[in-house]
Amino acid sequence: MNPAEIVKKIKKQFPENILWFVCFGDECSITVEKEKIKEILAYLKNTPGLDFNYLIDITAVDYLGFREPRFDVVYHLMSIKHGHRIRIKAQVPEQGCCIDSVTDLWATANWFERECFDMFGIQFTGHPDLRRILMPEDWNGFPLRKDYPIRSDLGDKEWEVYKELKEAAKAWKENAEQS
Amino acid sequence: MQNRVKTVKELVVNMGPQHPATHGVLRLVLELEGEVIKKCTPYIGYLHRGVEKLSEDLTYVQSLPLTDRLDYLSSMVNNVGFCIAVEKLVGINVPERAKFIRTMMSEMARICSHLVWIATHALDIGAMTVFLYAMRDRESLLELFEMVTGARLTVSYPRVGGVRCDVDNEFLDKLYKFTEEFPGKVEEYETLIDRNRVWLKRTKGVGVITAEEAINWGLTGPTLRGSGVYYDVRKFFPYDAYDKVDFEVPIGKNGDIYDRYRCRMLEFRQSAKIIKQCIQKLPEGPILAENALRIRMPESPLKIDKKDILFEIYTEDKQIQEFIQKFTEVYASVESPRGELGFYIVCDSSSKPYRMRVRAPSFVHAGVLPKLCEGSLVADVIANIGSVDIVLGECDR
Repeated sequence: MNPAEIVKKIKKQFPENILWFVCFGDECSITVEKEKIKEILAYLKNTPGLDFNYLIDITAVDYLGFREPRFDVVYHLMSIKHGHRIRIKAQVPEQGCCIDSVTDLWATANWFERECFDMFGIQFTGHPDLRRILMPEDWNGFPLRKDYPIRSDLGDKEWEVYKELKEAAKAWKENAEQS
Repeated sequence: MQNRVKTVKELVVNMGPQHPATHGVLRLVLELEGEVIKKCTPYIGYLHRGVEKLSEDLTYVQSLPLTDRLDYLSSMVNNVGFCIAVEKLVGINVPERAKFIRTMMSEMARICSHLVWIATHALDIGAMTVFLYAMRDRESLLELFEMVTGARLTVSYPRVGGVRCDVDNEFLDKLYKFTEEFPGKVEEYETLIDRNRVWLKRTKGVGVITAEEAINWGLTGPTLRGSGVYYDVRKFFPYDAYDKVDFEVPIGKNGDIYDRYRCRMLEFRQSAKIIKQCIQKLPEGPILAENALRIRMPESPLKIDKKDILFEIYTEDKQIQEFIQKFTEVYASVESPRGELGFYIVCDSSSKPYRMRVRAPSFVHAGVLPKLCEGSLVADVIANIGSVDIVLGECDR
């Protein structure tokens, strides 16, 4: 099934909840309301003919300063049976930064959602174990947000463990020089 | 003496972050009851370098060497994946010769990576000889890499629109000789391993994952195909010259460690076959697209050609239309030795990626470890980690 037909089918099922869609090359991305995301993904997964049984990826994009609902949560789906892909996007605002978890549809969503939470601070309601995954548990801030600096001296905001480590290293060096 | 109550003591064992069998900095917290694992919790992130964040500050070309460092065992495939994503974004047509060279090199990288995998996996289970044999064969491929690219591990050889430099006849001769000899060497490994009773006992029926579960857990590559699911990016969404060469995708049946091992062993032969065909079919011509040196990001997908590319925009909102005009996005994936390696790039028409996302197969495979380990024995953890073939550099990015 080519992307245009898939879009048509989804549009027919959820006429109210599709905000817009764009097709670029052989890829189609559909932007939907975040309240309905789980229902739409379940429909895509379970409908014969679509059979999007494979979740490739979940990630987010931060459009700070470009658009009002700040984040896009991006789902890449694929059907192993038919060999087609689609991209579903849901907009998440900064206030009330949460979206439904899809862990009970695909087990693989578990880690992707944890990573998304770790990097962007988006809460996934219904996730069984929402913890940081790549950063330490007590890390401040969410690194992939656009307002998180790439390089800077954070000063007081520096990560506590790193400060302790630096002080310990300093003390060790002084000791080594004295002895 | 008091009455001794015979209970199995529960124990929490930390495996890693640095353990010879975890192939990198992976920490597993195992809750044991006797020798049976009740719960397994993987902790990753020790190698996190923020490649995605860094590339937001670098241009597309500058981001290329970063992708080397993701997966240092098959950096060529990572480079190709990134280049394909950018090519798709700007709409560059790669010359035929470059496509064949890339395919050939990708398969060389696959053989290299699988050789390291068989070496370390066999070492974990207790076979030392295979390690030495595999390293010896890998050396000859690394020398070939060095001949063309000047580097052995982090090659940075493909470019957006082609490859950096051409291959010569001496290289092709040597590579052809290698592909002739290599299947024989694979047989050598098989004679060492296949009838080894220890090997069979430790791999057959261990770490079983069914086809449905494998799809549910998002596995890719030989780990998925070992469960009997036919999915290979090279066949489903052919890139480079994969639609011009003839090869088969080996799949397993039972989904245990042994089947995953068989899949990779059969892939060795297929890779050698692909390389041989690439050498035979290698066309003459340029190796870099003409406009590759003057790459410009598309201003907007809407402005390229309305008829061909854009089917329909389902919105009347002016603001949204302007927004869509500003941001272009693309997802391209390649079959890395570990599975589907995808690059999702959001472009804001500047020379730097607005957002680059790497969909790393190792990340997903590390997530499935609890599923594989829970209920099995401690000794099987080692075999399980080896069988899903994770590289932690790629996992943490």
